[in-house]
Amino acid sequence: MDLMIVDKEAMRALVSALMADYRVVGPQAKGPQFAFGPIADPGELRLDYNTTILPPKKVLQPPQERLATFVRGGEPHVDPVIEAGPTVLFGIHTCDLHAIRLLDKVFSEEYPDAHYLERRRQTVIVSLECLEPCDEYSFCKSMGTLSADEGYDLHLTDLGSTYAVTVATEAGKQLLSRYGTAREAADADARRLDEVLSVKEPKFTYRLDFDAAELPAMLGAAYDHPLWDELGERCLACGSCTNVCPTCYCFNVFDEVNMALTEGERLRRWDSCQLDEFASVAGGENFREARSGRQRHRFMRKGKYIYEKFGELGCVGCGRCVRTCVASISIVDGFNAIHETAVGGNGQ
Amino acid sequence: MTTSIYIPEMARLVDVEPVTETEKLFTIELPDGRSLGHAPGQFVMLSVLGVGEAPISITSSPSRSNGSFQLCVRRVGDVTNALHAMQPGDQVGIRGPFGNGFPMDKMRGRDILFAPGGLGLAPLRSLIGQVLDERDSFERVIILYGAKRPGELLFRDELEGWVTQDDVECHFTVDCDAEQWDGDQGMTCNEGVITTLFPLITVDPRNTIAVTCGPPIMYRFVLMELLDKGIPDTQIYLSLERRMKCGVGKCGHCQINNLYCCQDGPVFSYAQIKGVEEAL
Repeated sequence: MDLMIVDKEAMRALVSALMADYRVVGPQAKGPQFAFGPIADPGELRLDYNTTILPPKKVLQPPQERLATFVRGGEPHVDPVIEAGPTVLFGIHTCDLHAIRLLDKVFSEEYPDAHYLERRRQTVIVSLECLEPCDEYSFCKSMGTLSADEGYDLHLTDLGSTYAVTVATEAGKQLLSRYGTAREAADADARRLDEVLSVKEPKFTYRLDFDAAELPAMLGAAYDHPLWDELGERCLACGSCTNVCPTCYCFNVFDEVNMALTEGERLRRWDSCQLDEFASVAGGENFREARSGRQRHRFMRKGKYIYEKFGELGCVGCGRCVRTCVASISIVDGFNAIHETAVGGNGQ
Repeated sequence: MTTSIYIPEMARLVDVEPVTETEKLFTIELPDGRSLGHAPGQFVMLSVLGVGEAPISITSSPSRSNGSFQLCVRRVGDVTNALHAMQPGDQVGIRGPFGNGFPMDKMRGRDILFAPGGLGLAPLRSLIGQVLDERDSFERVIILYGAKRPGELLFRDELEGWVTQDDVECHFTVDCDAEQWDGDQGMTCNEGVITTLFPLITVDPRNTIAVTCGPPIMYRFVLMELLDKGIPDTQIYLSLERRMKCGVGKCGHCQINNLYCCQDGPVFSYAQIKGVEEAL
């Protein structure tokens, strides 16, 4: 991979130039927080952000999208709709990068999802190295997502007055040469990058009390753990945790018709396993009725089920679910509590 | 044009027949007389445009497809109520077939014991038809079928046909109102839940494959009867129902712990799910 150097002023110019040909989506201020949104002015781009309310999955799997349009009368027919356009996802942190790598697997394996994959194909990813922990909620270091060596086209590291730009793909190379002004990194730049990365690492703390690789087996033995009832008592079943999760991808599909009832759209919208009706069928049976069981399902998906299906843990340690939960349910504290009783139970 | 796995193909209702007060049998043809190409036990995602999409098991056997397939549907939710209002000639959307279906290769050469309850006969009928059309490939065929009331027994004509077949052993029961049973041709109907039929039969447990489907409350009692007869858990199959929005392992609704009902199922052996707490 090539290492290039771009001055900060030149980075603004790069973003500005990209806006002519791409929808550029990056972090912006939103009240006291940050959110990913389309950049209309390079000055809006806040690469100094800590974290965002929603993860960048909303660009690749929008909260709501059209899957098809249909005509009901006469000779009824359904026509697919693929909502995609050239996009640069600019400034995403490595936790979210790991999450997108997982979503890529989810939507490409077995039955490929053309809607997601076409958006993904048209998206260039420019990621950004975190040099400071975002806040007390994140646990990226424990989940091994503090850095990334794949999943991006370009990867930026702030070196002070310049950005070090790691060029990982041909698309990234083209983007940089066509829209930006960059020079090849000198030995001094490479040394400076190493120094910045080595200073960064100790600033982040491990928040899991054990190796994340133990999660699948640990959870496998924790199906009847008392924690689930405790969480079920506190959970309000609002679905915020899954909405803000960068790896939650479950969805609902429904139809909307016009007033004349002659034509309509088939829509897909984010859904949440935490909501009461998620596993209920028309006959009235609800196969995951208790909130305790729904919280257990979320923990199991993040630490076990997704790993078993895709070979990657379903949690990247971004901390968003912990940060957003009005009932203060923490997946890190939950994992640690299970680990503590597991260790205690073994008499160790 | 990029193809999307979520786009249904329009198919025509060629026949709509009432089965009970709440169930109808829909015969459906794909364009150009194309076969659905399903296996017994699979399901389709059925769309009524403007209302939505729902998973429905295929009730006809591949051996009787004749360029069409059948769905036996209870009027219970938005999509199924809308479907019940449709007429021959109307069009529905079809995606699939999806799911694993029954393991036919493991079943051939064996005694087959069917134990459906109520609407659970609908998915099992695809297998019963296939077994009867390949009758020489199987040993004994036993059907124990129960419903709440006589009027809720599905496919009365076919039940009567099975009774008259020397190579099919049938026992029927209803939870109550058995006196309203108007079967003839030697048909009798027991009164009591489906478990009351099991003492009427003896089986060779090593050579028997049991297949059951019914309301959630039924499974545990039927499983106890089957295990009591000595049938190994690897030879007991269940077809499970779940909410589904995609049918292809993405939407998450049908997950049963780590299993996806739409892809890993809907047919599971009891051995496969007896440690899976969310299964029943």
